[in-house]
Amino acid sequence: MANKPDLLPGTLDMLILKTLTRAPLHGYGIAQAIKQLSDEVLTVEEGSLYPALQRLLLQGWVKAEWKMTETNRRARYYTLTSAGRKQLGIELSEFEQMIAAISRVLQNA
Amino acid sequence: MLPFLRKLWMLIRRERFHRDLSEEIAFHRKEVEERFHDDGMSANAARYAAIRRLGNDARVKERSYEVVGFQFETALQDFRYALRQLRKNPAFALVAILVLTLGTSASIAIFAFVDAALIRPLPYSNPTRLVDVAENHALTSRSNLSRLDFLDWQRLNTVFSSMDAYTGSGYLLRNNSGTEVVYGARATSGFFNTLGVLPALGRSFYPGEDSSKAQPVVMLGYRTWQNRFGSKSDVIGQSVTLSEVAYTIIGVLPRDFEFAPQGQAEFWTSLQPSAGCEARRSCHNLYGVARLRDGVSLQTASAELKVIAADLEKQYPDSNRGQGAALQPLSELVVGEIRPILLMLLTAALVLLLIASVNVASLLLVRSETRKREMAVRGALGASRARLIRQFVTESLVLVIGQALFGLAMAYVSMQLLTKLIPPDKALRMPYLEGAGLNLHVLIFAGAIALLNAILFSVTPLIRLPLSELRDGLSEAGRGSAGRVWRRLGSNLVVVELTLAMMLLVGAGLLGKSLYRLLHVDLGFEPDHLATLRVAGPDAEYRNPEQAAALGRDVVNRISALPGVQSVAITTILPVGFNGNTVWLRFLDRPFNGEHNEVNQRIVSSGYFTTLQTQLMRGRYFTDAEDASKPKVVLVNQAMASKYFPGEDPVGKKFSYQSFDSGTTREIIGIVRDIKDAQLDSEIWPTIYMPFNQDPDPHFSLVVRTSQSEESILPALAAAVHEINPAIATRDEATMNGRINDSQSAYLHRSSAVLVGGFAALALLLGVVGLYGVIAYSVSQRTREIGVRMALGAERASVYRLVLNEAGRLTVMGIAAGIVCSLMATSLIGKLLFTVRSWDIMTLLSVAAILGGAAVVASFLPARRAASVNPVEALRTE
Repeated sequence: MANKPDLLPGTLDMLILKTLTRAPLHGYGIAQAIKQLSDEVLTVEEGSLYPALQRLLLQGWVKAEWKMTETNRRARYYTLTSAGRKQLGIELSEFEQMIAAISRVLQNA
Repeated sequence: MLPFLRKLWMLIRRERFHRDLSEEIAFHRKEVEERFHDDGMSANAARYAAIRRLGNDARVKERSYEVVGFQFETALQDFRYALRQLRKNPAFALVAILVLTLGTSASIAIFAFVDAALIRPLPYSNPTRLVDVAENHALTSRSNLSRLDFLDWQRLNTVFSSMDAYTGSGYLLRNNSGTEVVYGARATSGFFNTLGVLPALGRSFYPGEDSSKAQPVVMLGYRTWQNRFGSKSDVIGQSVTLSEVAYTIIGVLPRDFEFAPQGQAEFWTSLQPSAGCEARRSCHNLYGVARLRDGVSLQTASAELKVIAADLEKQYPDSNRGQGAALQPLSELVVGEIRPILLMLLTAALVLLLIASVNVASLLLVRSETRKREMAVRGALGASRARLIRQFVTESLVLVIGQALFGLAMAYVSMQLLTKLIPPDKALRMPYLEGAGLNLHVLIFAGAIALLNAILFSVTPLIRLPLSELRDGLSEAGRGSAGRVWRRLGSNLVVVELTLAMMLLVGAGLLGKSLYRLLHVDLGFEPDHLATLRVAGPDAEYRNPEQAAALGRDVVNRISALPGVQSVAITTILPVGFNGNTVWLRFLDRPFNGEHNEVNQRIVSSGYFTTLQTQLMRGRYFTDAEDASKPKVVLVNQAMASKYFPGEDPVGKKFSYQSFDSGTTREIIGIVRDIKDAQLDSEIWPTIYMPFNQDPDPHFSLVVRTSQSEESILPALAAAVHEINPAIATRDEATMNGRINDSQSAYLHRSSAVLVGGFAALALLLGVVGLYGVIAYSVSQRTREIGVRMALGAERASVYRLVLNEAGRLTVMGIAAGIVCSLMATSLIGKLLFTVRSWDIMTLLSVAAILGGAAVVASFLPARRAASVNPVEALRTE
């Protein structure tokens, strides 16, 4: 797991929220989704994922419920709330502004 | 707001939270494991890979919980853990809290007195602007003002917004059981306005009420009003008879009023000038108090009054020769004497506290040493570094909170105790000490101590915990290096303790020696078996000299007849009292240029010197027969002979008073040995003794020489006097030794010696226990080394030597540093010592011997344990 780039600071919450826009997922599912969608570039450490999920729960951006998986195991599924959707919008636009600014610097400097 | 509520909700259901999280993480691990398995790993390999992959799940859980948990929850956890730690190791907890409580309570209690005396302002309005105004002359730096000088100073100065005068006074007060001497004070009409004190009841003096024509008026002290007048508000306007003069009560002073220079005064009368003394410029009996005008400094005021005094000296060369002006802040007058004592005591208490803190710090150091593994395990189990540090901080806070609470409680108790231990007459002279209590200043002080200790106790174990090498703690390798660090730091700490203990011991030794010297100072008379009593005959019955002389004769005869009485004598001023009551002399056989030949004057009966068992150096004593009809004679003391008659024989020389009744000459008929007339630590002034029968006075004191216990005769003395006339007041019956022991100088010396001695004893105990701890610990760390040495043939004696050498080195370092530090701190104590120098070799040597002896005892036990190490067992345990 060495040599993998770290996540940009502050982007983990946004990534989690984004993966949840399609369907409710459990913690492992979220980690897998981020990994797959990033073509295995981004890895979410469990040590960061679960604290982040608690933070999102606390903010009311996601809610959690126990459901059965396809393999018939009990798993805790996280669902995006409407507040979470709004928050995702805010974070996305902030992130885009940031990226745009960074690329302007990189192109013009 | 919402997240907060959710947080609260999770706090309430945190069992559920932990369950959910555990299950969730277990699920996660299972999924990872299955994927590894699907990828072709064996079931076992997949499980371990999953565990490795997920890392420390305690850490994941803790970090998750930190997100939702409240800060205080983990703090509470740490706190509970700290308490558990202390409970698990009660000896450590007990010793640490006890040691800290000792140091803390001593410091807090002494600080409360320092606060009461030195920090809190005097209870007057704008007290820093108040100054004590007095005269000075060759013999003393502060002496009374004469009333006429006072009036001139008051009139001529431009530096005071007001200036007033006061003087002490005694009155005879009739009550149901007879006549009583009560203390009072007389003050000019503006006195209370100058201080800025408003009466609790009634009014203060009106301007002009201090003139001789005014109606006599009196203000009552608050306690006088309570105790003698039943706190009745209708006392205002009533009349009270003091020494046969009717005074109208005009007011009651407030409850918190205090005026230390006249602390005993129960009645404050307006200062109406007396016909004799207060009409003469040469008679000095007042002190001044003044309020500086805005913007005027003490220096400016002092300079101006010196000029005024110099002008008066030119104007009145006879009376004012050499009479200067002496100004100081009023607070200096009130607390100047006690300030160095209190500061010294506070320093001593703080040193004790420092020893206690260092002691506990080194205990913590040992503990952190033994807890290295525990910390390493906790670290390995996922405790973050910050969390471990916080654990130490929490543990130190638990200690410090315990210390602060116990310390405050014990400080409160010791304050009560110390206040009770102050004799009533001393308490009246130091009324400000009554205010000592757990007020805001004291609490802040206690808080500051606690804070400093909290920092010390948090940092000390951390020094020992190089957190980057936590893992080393798990391996054996951690041990050797730890021992080295400990030995360096731990033994330095004990040297600090021993140094400080040595300082306190030196201080206690010096003060003790000084007290001993003071109590054994050459008094010039034999104080054992002497009883004393003050007697005051009402002026109405004993005003004329024949009556007064007859009173003296009657009293002496009556008391002589009491069983067990060997002899009785009269004096106007008892030994071990004060210098003062002086007169100016003019010697007849030499030119006189108006200089003030100032000497103490005492009027004594013929048996005075034989009763005191002093010595006649030359000439003869006077006899009872030498009364007013005979030529006037005096005895002089040695100080008088050597000051005014160096190389001459004073016997046969004549003198008169300088400024009045100069027609009367007196002849010196003998020289008596110097008698300690004033405080034990004061110098002996030239003194003349005049026959009571030639200058009788109805106010006098008795000295009674008894054959048995002088204590037991005291009640009989007053009774015998009252048999002559119940209207005669008596007061202050005391034994001479009692007077000496209770005298202000003995009291102050004893208080500081006892307190510092107590601190030093505790310091010695703590220092020696600290040394024992260091040596014992070092022996336990070196068991293997000692075992090897012995296996290789080392003698028991050499093992003893090894251990005792280490202890000896630390002790010698402590003693040497202690001596150097005490010599540097002499400025704190030098002024308090009586005929003892602060580098008194005997004291330094004996104190070093005490500390050294105690250190030998303390290190002998671990040395014996080291020497009895069984080499086989010592090596096997490794």
